[in-house]
Amino acid sequence: MSNENTIDQLKHRHLLGLADYDADEIRLILQTAREMRTVLDRPIKRVPSLRGVTVVNLFFESSTRTRISFELAEKRLSADVVNFSASGSSVSKGETLKDTAQNIEAMKTDVVVIRHSSPGAPNFLTNWIEGVVINAGDGAHEHPTQALLDMLTMSEIDIPSHSGLADFDFSGLNVSILGDITHSRVARSNIYGLSALGANVTLCGPRTMMPVEVEELGVRVTDRLDEALEGCDVAMALRIQLERQGGPLFPSLREYHDRFGIKLEHLKRYPNLRIMHPGPVNRGVELASEVVDHERAVILNQVTNGVAVRMAVLYLLSGGTAIE
Amino acid sequence: MPDIPNLLITNGTILDPRTGEERKADILIREGKIAEIGEGLSADGGETFDASGKMISPGWYDMHVHFREPGYEHKETIETGARAAAFGGFTGVACMPNTDPPIATRDVVEFIVKRQANLPVDVHPIGTVSKGRKGETLAELGDMADGGAVAFSDDGDPVQHGGLMRRALEYARMLDKPILGHEEDLTLNAEHGHMHEGAVSTRLGLPGIPALAEEAMIARDALLADFTGGHVHVCHISTAKAVEIVRQAKAQGVPITAEACPHHWTMTHEAVDDSGFDTHTKMHPPLRTAADVEAIKEGLGDGTIDVIATDHAPHASFEKEVEFITAPFGILGLEMCWGLTGRELIKPGVLSVAEAVRKLTVAPREILRLAVPVIEEGADANLTIFDADTEWTFEAHHIHSKSVNTPFVGSQMVGKAWAIYNKGQFVEAEYEAVAA
Repeated sequence: MSNENTIDQLKHRHLLGLADYDADEIRLILQTAREMRTVLDRPIKRVPSLRGVTVVNLFFESSTRTRISFELAEKRLSADVVNFSASGSSVSKGETLKDTAQNIEAMKTDVVVIRHSSPGAPNFLTNWIEGVVINAGDGAHEHPTQALLDMLTMSEIDIPSHSGLADFDFSGLNVSILGDITHSRVARSNIYGLSALGANVTLCGPRTMMPVEVEELGVRVTDRLDEALEGCDVAMALRIQLERQGGPLFPSLREYHDRFGIKLEHLKRYPNLRIMHPGPVNRGVELASEVVDHERAVILNQVTNGVAVRMAVLYLLSGGTAIE
Repeated sequence: MPDIPNLLITNGTILDPRTGEERKADILIREGKIAEIGEGLSADGGETFDASGKMISPGWYDMHVHFREPGYEHKETIETGARAAAFGGFTGVACMPNTDPPIATRDVVEFIVKRQANLPVDVHPIGTVSKGRKGETLAELGDMADGGAVAFSDDGDPVQHGGLMRRALEYARMLDKPILGHEEDLTLNAEHGHMHEGAVSTRLGLPGIPALAEEAMIARDALLADFTGGHVHVCHISTAKAVEIVRQAKAQGVPITAEACPHHWTMTHEAVDDSGFDTHTKMHPPLRTAADVEAIKEGLGDGTIDVIATDHAPHASFEKEVEFITAPFGILGLEMCWGLTGRELIKPGVLSVAEAVRKLTVAPREILRLAVPVIEEGADANLTIFDADTEWTFEAHHIHSKSVNTPFVGSQMVGKAWAIYNKGQFVEAEYEAVAA
């Protein structure tokens, strides 16, 4: 491996968020994910790294792609996988998260991947189980594997002025995150991770969707799309939750798209701009439909990288060390 | 009262919180009354309590507790709540009406009065402002007052409807009772926040409760108090601007008073992050910023905030041992109140001992139109024995409440409440072991 890691093991037992992961740890995960990517390109996409390890996917919120991505990553590593979702389980009968956790613990599992609507639910879980906890999204708090896959995707972009990207040195890279920042765990994890790697982060969206004192996270804030896109290398548009339309945050999808949607004209005006989106995309809202399909949109690369990043996280948190 | 043993309290310093005067003397209590104050008194066949190095003041009063009975006896009962109060140095409390059924009718008021009759702590019921605590129409305030309600409040919820609050203040003025305001404009807390809206909620992605929701409601209620002449008492004040609004209203002669709780001048919203989402950092109003903490101390110091109250809010462990957004709001308060007062207010010089005791004795009773106990020969003995300088660590076994929801286990305390005497009963606080 060409890149020199200063560490070959994670310092944390769990992945609760990127806020407390440092640049070395993030780089180790991304480096490992790049190795895992090669597994995904083989005819037999499976390695024995997690043989004998039992992983529980504990999803209290409906999620299709994140759950499938985790499950694929687990299977590619030969782990034993159990899925536990809120509907049809004891959770809908009123069992507390503590009881659910202790029951899972009693079944002698090794890793719990949790998606929950409460910020801090993964932290809570660590009080009641011995195993490794991986946050697959907790309310509007963090979604660390999403940010990691976003960063892996950015590292693959060829930007002549940023030759360090491939080695996960993001200094000077300008990333703009657009949309409902207040309610976005993707935004938070990206702010923490990108800042750790040295990128400049700009947030853009209606003032009604911008959390108070967000500047304290070391980001630039604007409510003008052109200010966010000028000099920007990567624009990450966040999914607008359609049910918020007509609520107090924004009057209509039409007006949102008009002011904050990325359109073909922007790709013309900013020829180096790349587009990302955590999915699923609302075509014609965050992104004009032609932008989604444009060659400078790397949305599907993000999806592939999602499996690789989750493989890396599972591997490293199960005791794996840097792959030489 | 059957056969009350005599009690002689020797070598203590008697503090008059009104004047700040101190004098060293023995106190002999006979038949529940102060029989003699002087030097070298004899126990006259009774017990002796050596109060050397300790002070004696009129019994303390916490005008904001939740004793959960009737309806939530698994959290606290009037008896267990009174036990916690006694340990904390309180001889009297006023209990909030968000029970089930709520204290919204005279029969429930009288139930509380009856339940506390033989306890060493006076437990005074607060009736609801609105019928059924629903915020729609006036409850029978007069009937409840006749039954023993000392004030009215929909605490836990605000009186959101301005017109109802106006009528409640007019009506309560006629009864010479205050309205205790849970000051929150719910429309400004539209996301149903779980902590203070600020840098920490932004970092953690938790829906925030804006300071504005509290401040706007206090401004409204200050205007309503001015307009109606009714007495608004601001519960658990928690923001700098809220303190300023009360300060200005008082300067203009508006009949408004305010209380602050120990957690609001001890902790900030950073605790939610530092503790890793510990639900013992979740209360309403939420922990605010360091600037708010400073402003509350300033308000306590300059008299803008009249009262120290605890908002003692017990919840069972199984209710608090859940993810943050599911957890109920509130923490215990009675047993930590004095130690935190000493640590944060007296030791740093924000308040003198007499000023702090005044906010725990005279001020709350005057707001509730209750007689303030006096330490004089012939008076009913209602007193607290304490010191303001013992440094100690609060441990789980110091909790006498039925619940244990507090972030202060392991915290440094300055000052101990040693014992209370009230209604012919002497209760010593047990610091070394769990009291029966």
